[in-house]
Amino acid sequence: MSNLNFDESLILKDIEARTKEEVIGMMANNLIEKKLVKESYRNAVIQREQDFATGLPTAGVSVAIPHTDIEHVNQKAISIGILKEPVLFEIMGDSETTPVKLVFMLAMDEEHSQLELLQRLMQIFQDADFLMYLSNETDKTKIKEKVTAQLDFSLKGGE
Amino acid sequence: MSRKKQVLVACGAGIATSTVVNNAIEEMAKEHKLSLDIQQIKISEVGGYVDTADLLVTTAMTKKEYTFPVINARAFLTGIGVEDTKKQILDELIK
Repeated sequence: MSNLNFDESLILKDIEARTKEEVIGMMANNLIEKKLVKESYRNAVIQREQDFATGLPTAGVSVAIPHTDIEHVNQKAISIGILKEPVLFEIMGDSETTPVKLVFMLAMDEEHSQLELLQRLMQIFQDADFLMYLSNETDKTKIKEKVTAQLDFSLKGGE
Repeated sequence: MSRKKQVLVACGAGIATSTVVNNAIEEMAKEHKLSLDIQQIKISEVGGYVDTADLLVTTAMTKKEYTFPVINARAFLTGIGVEDTKKQILDELIK
């Protein structure tokens, strides 16, 4: 199992966008530039989001977890987008929308293999204070360290 | 002995969200000593299970009508209302 890619370069702060497609496009382009995903990933995620929305209202700020099939992914990665102003995403399993402030874009390279990572991510979504912290922190290194500690995964090149 | 109840757990991709929900239902089954046939699938595959499924738990929106109950599983991801969702699922399984 390959390691998860996550570092400061995958944390995008102060994203200015009007639509979810713009947000997804920016975050996906960053992953494409780093060769972590294929060119096809961007449109695949946008299409997936239209078919199966991933907006999640939480006890704190709303989040979204756009993702798509493994065939568009080169290396497993997670990218965090912090929006300057919230953007509307449809709510998962619902026809309503929610103003999303934090986007956790997932690039998974194996099906059903990420249970622990996903569960820890869901724990973050249940921690309103931590979500608020992520929304306001300006130092990407601090964000990386705190999220890494929460997810408790070993980073590429780490120990 | 009665047939094991078949529970479908589905999300759009069958990768991300259903994995979490699948695990939560397995835990529930263990806790309540229920023997279940849990199938983790993509929502597009539900059609193949219409004759056998007893319950669909999903994070994806379903526009279709099914002969079995459908329960929204978003609560497992956000923690909001998770006890209600668990109760809904249990009520269906011990019917």
